[in-house]
Formats: sequence, structure tokens, C-alpha cells
Amino acid sequence: MSATLHVENLQTHFLSRGGIARAVDDVSFTVEPGQVMGLVGESGSGKSMTGYSIMGLIDEPGKVVGGRILLNGRDLRSLSAEELRRIRGNRVAMIFQDPMMTLNPVLRIDTQMIEAVRAHQEVSKDTALAMARDALVRVGIAAPDERLNAYPHQFSGGMRQRVAIAIALLNKPDLIICDEPTTALDVTIQGQILFEMQKLCRESGTALIWITHDLSVVAGLADTVSVMYAGRIVESGDVARVLTQPRHPYTHGLIASAPSRNPRGQALRQIPGSTPSLLKLPTGCAFRDRCAHATMECAQTPETRIVDGRALRCFHPMADAPAGSIA
Amino acid sequence: MMSKLTRKITRADTPFTRFLQGYFASRIATFGFVLLLLILLAALFAPLVSPQNPYDLEHLNVMDSRLEPGKTAMESDLTYLLGTDDQGRDMLSAILYGLRISVMVGVTSTVIALAIGLSLGLLAGYAGGRIEALIMRVADIQLAFPPILVALILLALTGRGVDKIIIALVTVQWAYYARTTRSTALVERKKEYIEAARLLGLSPLRIMFRHLLPNCLPPLIVIAALQVASAISLEATLSFLGLGLPVTEPSLGLLISNGFQYLMSGKYWISFFPGVALLATVVAINLVADQLRDVLNPRLQGQ
Amino acid sequence: MLVFIIRRCVQSLAVLLLMSLLVFVSVYAIGNPIDILISADADQIERARVVAAFGLDQPLWVQYFYFIKNALAGDMGRSFVYATPALGLILERLPATLELAVAAILIAIVVGLPLGLWAGLRPKGFAGKTIMTVSIFGFSLPTFWVGLMLIMVFAVELGWLPTGGRGQTALLLGVPFGFLTGDGLRHLLMPALNLSLFNIALIIRLTRAGTQEALLQDYIKFARAKGLRNNRIIGVHVLKNILIPIVTVVALQFGSIIAFSIVTESIFAWPGVGKLLIDSIRVLDRPVIVAFLSLIVVIFILINLCVDLLYSLLDPRVRLSEAKG
Repeated sequence: MSATLHVENLQTHFLSRGGIARAVDDVSFTVEPGQVMGLVGESGSGKSMTGYSIMGLIDEPGKVVGGRILLNGRDLRSLSAEELRRIRGNRVAMIFQDPMMTLNPVLRIDTQMIEAVRAHQEVSKDTALAMARDALVRVGIAAPDERLNAYPHQFSGGMRQRVAIAIALLNKPDLIICDEPTTALDVTIQGQILFEMQKLCRESGTALIWITHDLSVVAGLADTVSVMYAGRIVESGDVARVLTQPRHPYTHGLIASAPSRNPRGQALRQIPGSTPSLLKLPTGCAFRDRCAHATMECAQTPETRIVDGRALRCFHPMADAPAGSIA
Repeated sequence: MMSKLTRKITRADTPFTRFLQGYFASRIATFGFVLLLLILLAALFAPLVSPQNPYDLEHLNVMDSRLEPGKTAMESDLTYLLGTDDQGRDMLSAILYGLRISVMVGVTSTVIALAIGLSLGLLAGYAGGRIEALIMRVADIQLAFPPILVALILLALTGRGVDKIIIALVTVQWAYYARTTRSTALVERKKEYIEAARLLGLSPLRIMFRHLLPNCLPPLIVIAALQVASAISLEATLSFLGLGLPVTEPSLGLLISNGFQYLMSGKYWISFFPGVALLATVVAINLVADQLRDVLNPRLQGQ
Repeated sequence: MLVFIIRRCVQSLAVLLLMSLLVFVSVYAIGNPIDILISADADQIERARVVAAFGLDQPLWVQYFYFIKNALAGDMGRSFVYATPALGLILERLPATLELAVAAILIAIVVGLPLGLWAGLRPKGFAGKTIMTVSIFGFSLPTFWVGLMLIMVFAVELGWLPTGGRGQTALLLGVPFGFLTGDGLRHLLMPALNLSLFNIALIIRLTRAGTQEALLQDYIKFARAKGLRNNRIIGVHVLKNILIPIVTVVALQFGSIIAFSIVTESIFAWPGVGKLLIDSIRVLDRPVIVAFLSLIVVIFILINLCVDLLYSLLDPRVRLSEAKG
């Protein structure tokens, strides 16, 4: 069974007056059909940029400068603009973080859904409308006809995000990239949407990349997880394994610093220091300035190796496992 | 383990040098500035630079009237570089003197309007309540009508004269400044330094002018620059219609108006060259103001 | 929605009343109504008629009622020059001015919108930069001077177009219009072009700024993620968003265009309301000036009202929230 998505050595650079920012630096991963991959990292780690790079939505002053993006075996980077346009929204779809501005405020919902269908399929407006209605029902929106005639500002944030998900599902894509879609929503809605997305993907065999900074989301939802730091994937593998036995010091720190893990009364754990600016990264391992185990060896960039059944970018993998889980 | 965070402390450059750098970064803006400088100098030193004093009747020769550009005078070896008008006046000199008046009227009216509008705007923004509502209501009604119409009606009622046209121009402009100042003042008055000043017991007047005003200035500078261009243009239009300055102090508008009747017979220079001078002045001011806006605004947000 | 419309209409009526008071005060209280309404060489009978019709021998507030009553009936005095009702004179000339104003707005939109869109889509390109620099000229060119130059080049030197006047007109609904005849169009071209220059520049700038801002929005990124064609993204998503502020500004500019037609009509000898005003000011035909003033006030209040209603119609966010509250 061939992978839905195979990303190999992806490089996306941003040119600025201060220098070149390697937003996505030698990123590789694979997602199988029906699989959910969590892409985890802090702000500025490059996770959203990875998603945009796959979609071909990187604008000046950024540019995808290297690597391959194989969607069902086809390298997206080798496609022309028109070919890429035909794949976007069709074979791979994306859902954004802020539902407020994702939908055009001056166009009706049905307009925005019908155009998503008719951009890729030769169907009549009525057929497209029927498809839109079905999609809304599938994401759990009651009274779809009313909603179709309405404007985005008449909906709540959770409802708008469901519409965005419905739009993503319209053309039955092979892959959906979700960029922190529930971060701006209520915790209760978050849970609902997570559950529904998981169900929809299992049913249709759609692969999912869930970009988030929230490890608990990943624990409940994903099959595999990739942890990003300063544009690189530092650890990647089966979710249970990575989260219960993290080998990279950064992953370890992330999990340990989750407040739910802390015994009451003790000071919260933190990773010392702060995320470096992409323009002022240390040579070699980007994490070394904050790492307790760093040595002179870390001045070299660690390559990705298979350690303990997961991909790892580190010269000093941690041996111990933190007690308990983070869920 | 401690992360080594070192920072190079660079020599602080003043806001003014940064402003100059930002301004002159654009070639078009630099061109505009140079052009404007030349025009202002020419206008300022008109009596010294002009080949002839066009309003000194003794030196005028009606026999020289309506000569083409480049012809020489009958009784002297003065070359009329831009031709002469129907009275035998050298166009170049007339334009320089006219430029002087146009610029003077434009700048004066803008400065006065700025002073009035700024004070009223500060008052409205700081005092709030009914005073603010009254001032803003009047400003809104004023702004609902096009400037040319208001100025036209005013001048129709009051007649010709330098003071009357300046009053008309001021009337047309003040509301714009008042409104802008008031919006900025509204934002600024909520900030802590105003609260602090109030707690110190400073008088409202002092707070308004020493504390509130400097922070409201940057957008006003841009607007004032643009308004000078607009005022010069409006004055020219009104003079053209025969409503502005008296005939004894002709601005560029009146010069153009004089030449209207000669257009049909092909004597274009009487209207053409004053128009070019007017155009150059307004373009130069607009270019400078445009760049000022671009340079001053992001700086504001940075602060 | 209906509540909103009614509310705005009532507001406009209030402003209208206020303005009528202002006009009345400036004419009757500050000025001398006798001078303003009665010509110097009117005879006794005419004098007596006007005094009776306008109540000039009554207290001021009674005069105000006469003023309003007469205005609503269309009587604002007789022109000194033409001896016909002043209001009638103005209404007769109004279609010519409106024709000019509408033509100017149409030219401004047809030329300005595409250019502004182009400049907004490719701001760093040569075309984009040139368009912006040219727009500065559009703002700076003095309308009246450009009019003169147009006449000089196209009428005097080249002889392609007439030097002035309205040309032949044809009737539409009983009102003569020039654009219905070929000759009329030839006469309309230059003055309309002259009048539109400033607004072309304005629309270019507005459209470019709006386009640039719209392109940065998330919904454009989402539209691209949906795989929509570029034409659709620009033609529907961007355009619909920027049209709202542009339409409101253009509608407000309509008033300014009518005002500036005063200049253009003088230069091109266009028989509209503006030319009438200038002539009246020159000969101090005061009833016409007062009637003009009153009419202009009404027109502007109407324009402001229409703009408010138009804006609420176009922007669904405003329309639907107003409907709720």
C-alpha cells in the first residue's frame, strides 16, 4: 500500500533583510491512507509553513527551495501552476486556524461551497448545492438549507469551522491538512470536532495531518506524531511510543512541562531559555543552547537516525522515560 | 547550563536621521523635494530673479503685447523667454510673482486653518461631552459639502480681496484638521501619561498643548502638506472664475484666466505656462506629502 | 431593515430643516431680503407682490413659514435677469449638469477601476508603479487648466472636437439629453473627461489600496487552498470586498463632481446649473443664487442619505445587523 503523502528533505526559506530564515529545514515524513499524523511544535517551529509548503501556498519573500512532496506518488513540486491548482482543494485540502476570516464575509455560504465543487468537477449548480447540503449534514450541522443561505458572520466560530471542514471534504480529498483548527474554539467544541474528524477520516480513508502545539490533542487523536523545533523534525514515530518514551530532550521537556502532569504544590517545569529566532540559530543542533545534555559534538547538525523504533535527530537520546502519561 | 545571550549594543541613531534616511530612499520623493525647494526659492526671491517687474507700469510696453516665447522686446534687449501677455508683461516674471502670491495664500490659509482646527480638535477630544458633540457636528456638516461650493458662496457674498479668500480657504479646511486631531486625541487621552499629567494638577490647557499635541502631530503634518497643495489649487480655480484675489495681485489662476480668450487664436503661452507652474507646484507638494505619509506612518506604529 | 431606512430618512429631514433655517437666516436676517428678492428696477406692483408673497412686512418667524411654504410650492423669487421664476430656471438647467456629472463618473469608474486593480495586483511591476505616479498627476492637475489645454489641442489645433456648447439633444421622457445624439456625444466628451480626471486618480488609489489589503486576508488564502481559478479569486472574492468602500466614496464624490462642474461648464460653455450660478454671481442675480443654494442643500442631503442606504445594502454585515436592531 503506497503512502498518501511522502515528504522528503523539504526546504522552505524566507529571505529578509536580516538573512535567510530556514522555516522548513530538511523535513521528511510519511503519512499512510486513513492515518492521522500530529505535527507538533511551538509557534515559529515551522509546522504551519510545512503545511503551506505542501499546498503550494508559500508567497514572497518565502520559497520552497528543495525536497520532494509526493502525493500518491506524484511530486507536487514538479507540477505547473495550473496542475497544482487542480490538485488543491481536490486531492489535498487545508483547514486554517482562525475561522473568523477564513470565509469571505461578503459571500453567502452556498456560493463559497458551490465554487469549491465547480472548480474541480463539471457539475451543475444544483448538483453542487446538493453536495454542499450533504457535506453540512455530515459535519453535524442541522437545518443545512438555512445555513446555506446565510453569511459567515451569522455563525459562531465552531459552526464556521465545521463549514470549513465540510468544504474540505466536498471533493473527497486523499489528504487534509488541518492547521490548528480548534485552537481558537471552546474546549467543548474542540473535543466534538476532534472526534468527528477522526470518525470521518476512518470512514473515508482520508489521511490527516493535524498541526498543533497541544500535545493532549495529539495523544487523543493521532496515530503518528512528528515534533518540530526551529524548522526541523527532531523526533517522529508512533504516538504512543514517542509520548510515553520520548528520546529527544526537547520532546521530553515538552511532555514534562505539561501542567496536568505536575504533582500539586510543585513548581511547574520549564524548558530553560526561549525559542531562538530563525535568523540567529546556533550552528549544529538548534536546541543545544537550551539542552542539559549538549556537548561539543552538538555543534554538528545531527542527522535523522532510527533509534528505538522512531526517527530521531539527536546525538544524546534520553534513556529514561518520564512517569505517567500526558493525556 | 546557561544559555549565553550576548547582544551587541549598536550606536543609537536619532529619529530624525532615520526619518531623513527613510524619506530620501525614494528617488521620486527626492525629485519632488528638490523641485519643491526650487519653486519655493523662486517664489520667495521673485523680485530678485525676475527679468522684469511685471506690475511696474513704467517698464511695460504695450507694443510688446502678445509676443511669442523667445522674442525680444522692442525698446530693450530683454528676451521674453515665455512670451508676453495682452499688456506686454513678461510671462516669466508674471509667473514668478504669481507663484509667490499663490504659495503665500496657500500656506497662510493652511497654517491658520491648522491652528484653528487643531485647537478645536484638541478641545473636542480632551473635553468630550457636549463640547465635543457640538464641535464635531459643525465639522461634519461643513465636511458634507464640497470645498469649492462653500468657498464660492462665501466669496460671492463677501467680494474680492486677499483677506477674503484666505478666510474662505480657512473655512473650507479647518474641519478636516479638527476631525483628525480629535480622533487622535481620543486615543491618546486614554493613555497613562495624560492621566499622570492630570494627577499632577496641570491645567487642561497645558495638558492639551504640551502633552497631547506633540503626539497628534505626525498625521497632521501629512494632511497639512496635502492641504497646502489643495488650497493652492482651489485658490487658482476661484481666481480663474473671477472670484478670488483682486486684479492688482494676480495669482497663477488669474493669469490663466487672462489667457483664456487668446486660446482660440493660437496664443497658447499666456495660459499654458502659468498652468505648468501651477501643476509643477502641486505635483511637487503631493510627491513630498506622499513620501512623508509613508515614512511617518509605520514609524508611528513602531512606537 | 425598514426601521433603519425610516430612521435615516427622519435624520435627513432634521438636517434639511436645520439647513433651511441656516439659509433663511443668512438671507433674511443677515442679508436684506428686500435687496435679495426684489430687483432694483422693479415697479410698485411687483414690489407689493413680492412683499405679500414672502411676508416681508411680518415678523421674522412668520417670514420663515412663508419661506418654507413658498419653497415647497416652487416659488423662490423671480430672476432679476430673466424675470422668470428662479427655481424654474435652475430646474431647466439641471438635466444638462446631471448628464455631465453622470458621464464623468462613468468614465472615472471604467478607467480607474481596472487600472487600480492592476496596480494592486502587481504593485512592484513597472505598470503598477507607473499607474501610481500618473495618479499623482490626476490629483495635481488643475481641472480648469486641463480643460483649457484640451480645448486648445483637440478643438483649436486638431479640430476634432467642438470648442464648447452642448450640441444636439434628443428627448428622453420629455427631457432633452445630449448623449442620445452623435453630435451631443462629441460635445459631451471633453467636458466629461475633464471633470473625471480627479476621480480617475482617486478611484485608482482606492482600488489599489483595497486590492492590496484584500489580498492579505485569510479568506483569499483559503480560496487558493480550495483550488479556485485566479480569475474567480480576483473577480469575485477580491472585487466584492473592495467594491463596498469604493462605491460609497464614488457616491459621495458625486456631490463634488456636481460642484466642480461649475468650473467645467464655464470653460466649455455647457448650459448647466454651474454656468448659471457663475453668471448669476457676476450680475448679482440674487434670487437665482438663493434658489441654487437651497437646491444644492437638498441634493447633498439626498446624496448622503442614498450613500448610507447603499452602504447598508451592499455590506451584508451591516444589512443583517441593522435588521436585528
